[in-house]
Amino acid sequence: MPLWSRLANFLRGDHLNREIDEEFQSHIEEAIEQGRDPAEARKAFGSALRHREESRDIRLVAWLESLRADAVFGWRQLNKTRVTSLAAILSLALAIGACTSAFRLIDALLLRPLPVANAERLYDLSRQGIGPDNKPQTFDGWAYPDFQLMRAAVANQAELIAVSYAEPVDLTYKSDEEMEKAYLQYVSGWMFPTLGIRPALGRVFTENDDLKPGGHPYAVLSHDYWTHRFGQDPGVIGRTFRLGNTIYEIAGVAEAPFTGTEPGTIVDIFVPIMMHPGVTRKDWTWHRTLFMPKPGVLENDRTALESIRQKLQATFRAFEEERAKGFLGMRKEDIDHFLNQTLLLEPAATGVSALQSETRRPLAILGVLVALVLLIACANVANLMTAQASARAREMAVRVSIGGGRWRLVQLVLLQSAWLALLAAVLGGLFAWWSGPFVVSMINPPDNPARLLLPADWRVLSFGLALALGVTLLFGLAPALRASSVNPVSALKGGEDPHSRRRLMHALIAVQVSFCFLVLFVAGLFVTTFKRLSNQPTGFSVDRLLVLDTVAKQPQSLEFWEQVAERLRSVQGVEKVALADEPLLGAGSWNNFISVNGAPPNGILSYMRAVSPGWLETMKIPLIDGRDFLPSDAHPGSALVNETFAKVYFDGLDPVGKTFDLSFDEGVRLRYQIVGLVGDVRYKSLREPILPQLYVPFHSVDATGATVKKTNGTLLVRTSLSSPLALASTLRQEVPQVRSEFRVSRIRRQLEINQSHTVRERLLATLALFFAIVALLLAGVGLYGVLHYSVLQRRREIGIRIAVGAQAGGIARLVTRDVFSMVLFGAAAGVGLGMVSVRFIESLFYQVKATDLQMLALPALTILAGALLAALPAVIRAVRIDPVTMLRAE
Amino acid sequence: MPKPDSLQGSLDLLVLKILSRRARLHGYAIMSAIQNMSREVLRVEEGSLYPALHRMEEAGWIRAEWVTKDSGKRARMYELTAAGKKQLGAEESRWQAVTSAINRVLREA
Repeated sequence: MPLWSRLANFLRGDHLNREIDEEFQSHIEEAIEQGRDPAEARKAFGSALRHREESRDIRLVAWLESLRADAVFGWRQLNKTRVTSLAAILSLALAIGACTSAFRLIDALLLRPLPVANAERLYDLSRQGIGPDNKPQTFDGWAYPDFQLMRAAVANQAELIAVSYAEPVDLTYKSDEEMEKAYLQYVSGWMFPTLGIRPALGRVFTENDDLKPGGHPYAVLSHDYWTHRFGQDPGVIGRTFRLGNTIYEIAGVAEAPFTGTEPGTIVDIFVPIMMHPGVTRKDWTWHRTLFMPKPGVLENDRTALESIRQKLQATFRAFEEERAKGFLGMRKEDIDHFLNQTLLLEPAATGVSALQSETRRPLAILGVLVALVLLIACANVANLMTAQASARAREMAVRVSIGGGRWRLVQLVLLQSAWLALLAAVLGGLFAWWSGPFVVSMINPPDNPARLLLPADWRVLSFGLALALGVTLLFGLAPALRASSVNPVSALKGGEDPHSRRRLMHALIAVQVSFCFLVLFVAGLFVTTFKRLSNQPTGFSVDRLLVLDTVAKQPQSLEFWEQVAERLRSVQGVEKVALADEPLLGAGSWNNFISVNGAPPNGILSYMRAVSPGWLETMKIPLIDGRDFLPSDAHPGSALVNETFAKVYFDGLDPVGKTFDLSFDEGVRLRYQIVGLVGDVRYKSLREPILPQLYVPFHSVDATGATVKKTNGTLLVRTSLSSPLALASTLRQEVPQVRSEFRVSRIRRQLEINQSHTVRERLLATLALFFAIVALLLAGVGLYGVLHYSVLQRRREIGIRIAVGAQAGGIARLVTRDVFSMVLFGAAAGVGLGMVSVRFIESLFYQVKATDLQMLALPALTILAGALLAALPAVIRAVRIDPVTMLRAE
Repeated sequence: MPKPDSLQGSLDLLVLKILSRRARLHGYAIMSAIQNMSREVLRVEEGSLYPALHRMEEAGWIRAEWVTKDSGKRARMYELTAAGKKQLGAEESRWQAVTSAINRVLREA
């Protein structure tokens, strides 16, 4: 009986019983049909139960017994060659672990549905169009008044849910001195009932929490936050915290495991969308819109989704057309682009987050690399098993000739593979357990500790098991079938064709080398990308520079802000201090169109930053012409511009002394005079070309000429210390000393901000490099094993050759010739594979091309060097064969 | 008249032989075939037949298949495999050797 049907018997014991019963029944019926007395027929049959047991035992026990015997035998075989088995298990464990770990990450971030009711019916609303820079862009931020119109337009068919981008905020449960960070998300009250999220304590929000802007100061905690911040204290209901100037009361705790709709961010606190300051603004796009069709709507009508989308599109367009009437000074072309955006409904069963879209491709690439490493490891183990099988050819032949069934032999070899895979899977599981969170910590920018739930549940477990099973079949089946097809006569006579085994092993070496080349090649490209991007000149100096995000309880006058800066200048170890609205390369971006000499704007956006006098010097940005801001300069009025600005708007001529206009909504136009020309810097991205930039004074005045008071500012502190963070606590204490309203909410090094722009590249470079090393190691071990085996197998021939006077060089060539031609063949195939596959990942590279000779030569040379090193022990062994001992022994 | 037990050891041979002549028989048919062909001398009991069938199936000498009869009822039909054919040859020659040896003893004693 074939193995699978025995397995089926084993797993379906009841079925087997029924089958036996049915057979007995049909026997009795047959007997009666043939004219036997029914009672007598039954009696003759005796106790059906006893027969059944007997038959069942025969069919089951035999198999179980053979399984047990083979398992024990397989274990003994592994023990016999302990070192090679250990090498096989470890390399396989590393590969399985890496694969499981990659799956865990990809599953948690990209595949796992949100833990809500009907997640599969969730969509995310976004719009696609041509951006101000004339490039296609997609954006999923919406204005709340627009959201309200769209929700009403499709109310019969679907529910729309507004959820803000989750953000870290400062809040306090006690005094202002005890501010703490928490991740906050503004959500529609009906999100909870729509997604079927019940309270674990107290209540969750409903439609009634979304009636009046600013009128619902209540909060719902996530179960996770309730656990780690309050230790699941039920007394938390009714407690209050202050966020900004509003006191919120905790109304309830949402049930686990819901932690918001953004994989990668665990929301601590939900507050009603009505509490957001932008809830009535038509020009603030600050929240995502989730969409869930009512039950049955999509099922009953396939075109329903499209007709709803068109309804939403019409509503959205009408809203924006109304708004565009106020756009003065914008080119018609840009307004058309703005209005002609297409509304998209994209499935969002797994939630929506920036982390998802940023890491989707990098993770897919890592998944492929890790799969290649697994295949390399499988090839290793397959070679090991083939070599072992050849050593066992006689044993197999004996088994066949004394009547061992072929299937039984397959089972025997497969069970040994299963042992390997099982042990490797356990070790690999431990590795995955450790490495998953480690990789997550690498995706995280240091100042924004995103958290990802990495559950190790049945999904991960079954993936691991499926992997182990697949791997067993992959590396075990070929040797098993080969072993079982042994021809006893030739095997017992002294071995079958020895070249056939070597051919299989050589083919596997070629495959290994080509995969290894691919991994090395891709790793080289990512490492170069990371290096070039990190070494990208930014135009300013990050050395010993601290960035202090500072907030004030109430808006503070410029005078007080300057006092704070002055106070910090007196701190020991501080060289220079300047004020700005936000740091360079930070998250904040602010832009506008420029019109020169009253002409309409040319459609190129200019990016802005508000800075104090001395900011240029503190940042070490060169002043090329003109002067820095003076304390008397104000916004609007004076401006500094960079070289790209001069190129784009003034044809590269020196713009100092010239003027330009900025136009704002509602037709306000403001005139600026350029007082200085400064060097180009990186404003928001290391990859994009340098943007036209303009700087306005931090000191801003309103229409009446009065100074505008500010609640937020960034203090840039250039220190003389090599580890500037040593000053952090001093600076933090000094700031409130000036006025108690001031508080530092966050201190970072500018270096960290810059590094956060290369997180993805660093992740790819580090992990790809790690996999490249593993791949090289595995391929080296594989090559070593095959050469070792082939020398062992040909030792007689080599002995004779040495005896008749062959030179060491000739022997070395003889031993390595075949394998090295396989290495070259594999490398050539690897180049081909590499050329084809880089097309899919080109967009992730920076200033590096796959066709660069250096990029191809480096992995090729590395592999060649690795191959030489791996071949060395076998060659030495071959050359050292003593013909006398060898021939005497045979 | 020989007791059913006397079939012990030769039951496999009989079943294999019958299946080699007539493909696809169910248990009852095999039982009646042994009975008829031995002119009612040899009787095999259900209690011995089925364990033997299942054992031989397990050994891969015969294989079984459920077949729906004209009456609509299902029956489990057995047939010989290649391995079974070999086995039959081995059992037959063993039987010949044993019987001729026994005959020799009977003649010459």
